[in-house]
Amino acid sequence: MKKVVESSGLCKRFGGTEALKSISFGVNENEIFGFIGPDGAGKTTLFRIITTLLLPDEGELKVLGLDCKTGFKELRRNIGYMPGRFSLYQDLSVEENLSFYATVFGTTVKENYDLISDIYSHIEPFKKRLAGKLSGGMKQKLALSCALIHKPALLVLDEPTTGVDAVSRSEFWEMLRKLRHHNITIIVSTPYMDEAMRCDRVALIQEGQILSVDRPETIRDGFSRKLFSIKAPEKHKLINALRSCPGISSVYPFGDSVHVTFKDDNFDNAIYEYLENSGISDVSISETRAGIEDRFLELMGTHLH
Amino acid sequence: MKRFLGFVKKEFLHIFRDVRTMIILFGIPAAQILLFGFVVSTDLKNAQVAFLDLSRDEMTQKISDKICSSGFFRRGETLLNFDDVDKALRGNKIKAVIVFEKNFGRKLISEGEADISIIADGSEPNMATLTTNYLTAIIADFNRELAGTSAAATMLIQPEVRMFYNPSLKGQFMFVPGVITLIMILICALMTSITITREKEFGTMEVLLVSPLKPIQIILGKVIPYFMLSFVDVIMILLLSWLVFGLPVKGSLILLLAESMLYILMSLSIGILISTVSSNMQQAILISLVGMMLPSVLLSGFIFPIENMPEVYGWISAILPPRYFIVIIKNIMIKGTGFLFVWKETLILMVFTAVAIGLSIKNFKIRLQ
Amino acid sequence: MTKNAIISVKNLVKKFGNFTANDNLNFEVHEGEIFGFLGANGAGKTTAVRILSGLSAPTSGEVIVAGFNARKQPEQIKKNIGYMCQKFSLYEDLTVKENIMLYGGIYGMNKKLIRERTDSLLKRLNFEEYGDRLILDLPLGLKQKLAFSVAVLHQPKIVFLDEPTGGVDPVTRRQFWEMIYETAAGGITVFVTTHYMDEAEYCDRVSIMSEGKIVALDTPAELKKQYNVGSVEEVFIKIARP
Repeated sequence: MKKVVESSGLCKRFGGTEALKSISFGVNENEIFGFIGPDGAGKTTLFRIITTLLLPDEGELKVLGLDCKTGFKELRRNIGYMPGRFSLYQDLSVEENLSFYATVFGTTVKENYDLISDIYSHIEPFKKRLAGKLSGGMKQKLALSCALIHKPALLVLDEPTTGVDAVSRSEFWEMLRKLRHHNITIIVSTPYMDEAMRCDRVALIQEGQILSVDRPETIRDGFSRKLFSIKAPEKHKLINALRSCPGISSVYPFGDSVHVTFKDDNFDNAIYEYLENSGISDVSISETRAGIEDRFLELMGTHLH
Repeated sequence: MKRFLGFVKKEFLHIFRDVRTMIILFGIPAAQILLFGFVVSTDLKNAQVAFLDLSRDEMTQKISDKICSSGFFRRGETLLNFDDVDKALRGNKIKAVIVFEKNFGRKLISEGEADISIIADGSEPNMATLTTNYLTAIIADFNRELAGTSAAATMLIQPEVRMFYNPSLKGQFMFVPGVITLIMILICALMTSITITREKEFGTMEVLLVSPLKPIQIILGKVIPYFMLSFVDVIMILLLSWLVFGLPVKGSLILLLAESMLYILMSLSIGILISTVSSNMQQAILISLVGMMLPSVLLSGFIFPIENMPEVYGWISAILPPRYFIVIIKNIMIKGTGFLFVWKETLILMVFTAVAIGLSIKNFKIRLQ
Repeated sequence: MTKNAIISVKNLVKKFGNFTANDNLNFEVHEGEIFGFLGANGAGKTTAVRILSGLSAPTSGEVIVAGFNARKQPEQIKKNIGYMCQKFSLYEDLTVKENIMLYGGIYGMNKKLIRERTDSLLKRLNFEEYGDRLILDLPLGLKQKLAFSVAVLHQPKIVFLDEPTGGVDPVTRRQFWEMIYETAAGGITVFVTTHYMDEAEYCDRVSIMSEGKIVALDTPAELKKQYNVGSVEEVFIKIARP
């Protein structure tokens, strides 16, 4: 399969800190590729290198078949980029923002309207409104329309869903899925694990290193242990009791329950008694399927500690 | 080209849509001119002076009458001895005390020389300089009259240079060139540096850099609107000072406008230079105001004459472009001189422009750092 | 769990001109519980939190927070609450200890008490060697944990958290939630506003606002059961938009 982005051994330092430590990955044509990791993991730095805004210190990076150092002029015509803060002119109207970005990229709104119509139609009723007066979700849609207006071959979205409510985020992911019909490859980053499942493939990234690259289901299923979910009304007490329980190897709160693995995966019924002796009542335990976040926690444990 | 025009259009939208920018562009210059013209005028009007006349003769009477009938001064109290001088000045109402020595008139006629002392309140240096200048001028005038009517020898002091070009002693003549000089550097340097750093701060610069726009197009797109509007400003200020204060441009208007364009261009290049070294608007504003405005106000010769500065400040002032433009504009507007008298300053401004543009192009990054 | 109401809101209405930001809110928050306050952008969350923390007066209705009336005794309320938001929390150019000292001082704690609590706080977070470091030099996760500890330094009755774990890594996020559990177990009520639904799953009870009204209020488990879905996020998507 043709690679849209190919990276090997990419390094970037800022002063004494290593922002990226030998990053290697490949993005296939026409897929949604996600970088999932916390703030400070190096997502933005990596995206700036991909969009030719920064040069790597070491390593190779080919984007759309061009070298990121020498081919930047050609690349800049073919990339659509949406930086972390939606890059809109707050004092220009929705319409003016869109047509400005269209002219800058040497095209018109009309020419590529069918590409953005799905997204833009949501905000078109407000086209005279200043961008600064839009809600988070509408800003996000406008910024996406602006990044798409020149029909880029590669769309790079840096944390497009940060600070936007759950409904808008869900709509946003729907739009990204629809864009696949237009032959656009999408690279997207997010600090939220639950968004990983929306991508075709993801790279888990932490402290400048990629922990794993694969389809999200494959990564999730890579969880190597038997996982149990334990619930009890007094969570704080429950967590403390589980921590000091001898047969247990990991304890992580997970929403309204606690995810637990046992040493050598031996589930021991003695746990009921143990918890009861610790003064915890109404305990329910069930085996559960690991999510991608469980896998991330496991990978973080083996990689970094 | 279409890209570029789209960019310029966007800049105009930013400017016309922002009330604050519009006020800075057009409100402040107009306000400054009117403010300086009417309020901060350096004219003396009815300043109180006291007399200590130890001679009390016809001659001292004539001199004091002339001073008090000039319109600049008003007769304050009459003092009796030297002890009163200090008291009179401490009262704050009296701006200066004029002391005639004993036998003033007789000495003047017999010896051709007599002493008159002017004691001014040095705690207000500007006022004191002004008062003494005006007083010496009036006395010199009296002296000339005297020389014309009688055979008395010369005495006292020669007239002040400034009035040579400003015979009616109008303060506005001094301020209009100064205000044009300052306003232009404020608008051009401050506004361009703000508008570029704003794009950095809001993250829009990232997208512009990733677009096919060339850096030179981004810079020119930022500069052109401000160049045009600043030029409109110059014309507005000149019109205002002509209509309100009756201040004409004595020299060539074309030359003045051409020199203004050069100065605007230079200020804009400095603005771009500032924006390339600052990463946010705060920094840009700080550098423009503290680094450019303040020294320009204090050291360009606009308020305080360069000749009177300690040497070090003189050197600093030598690297401030406004200093040279003030010379140019004063020459053209007030003295009415031609290009031959200002070519040196013009050349210096050109060098400043070239250096600023060169440094900005070197500093402007096609990538983030 | 005791069911004493630490926050009690009756018929709260807040209007800005013609616009009704809070349209007749009624709810209670129990002492020592972790209460999630959810809503879409512009649903009126921020307005409600401002009223609850004594920063703005309600147009009508009765709001009692920590025993004080939000209209008449806002200053008393401010003394009895803590506040932490993601963006502004600590002064970056001060050291850890200086920040703690400053906040302790603001809430009128004496030096001895501040020092005692500083020591125990740093110890609890395994932070001892960081005491004299500038906040600027700390990793994000540590900053967040420290900011939370500082917000409860004066042992307020309620602490308001605005999207407390946005952008932190999964391990730190769990450590953070354990701190919240511990705080709540110690009797401090925790009031969390967020639009990240996985954060809502950690709460004892959550409310969901839409267009100025509260459209749902229950435990996460109960809400999921009621709407027959697998996550609070799905509940939210079903009801948060009119």
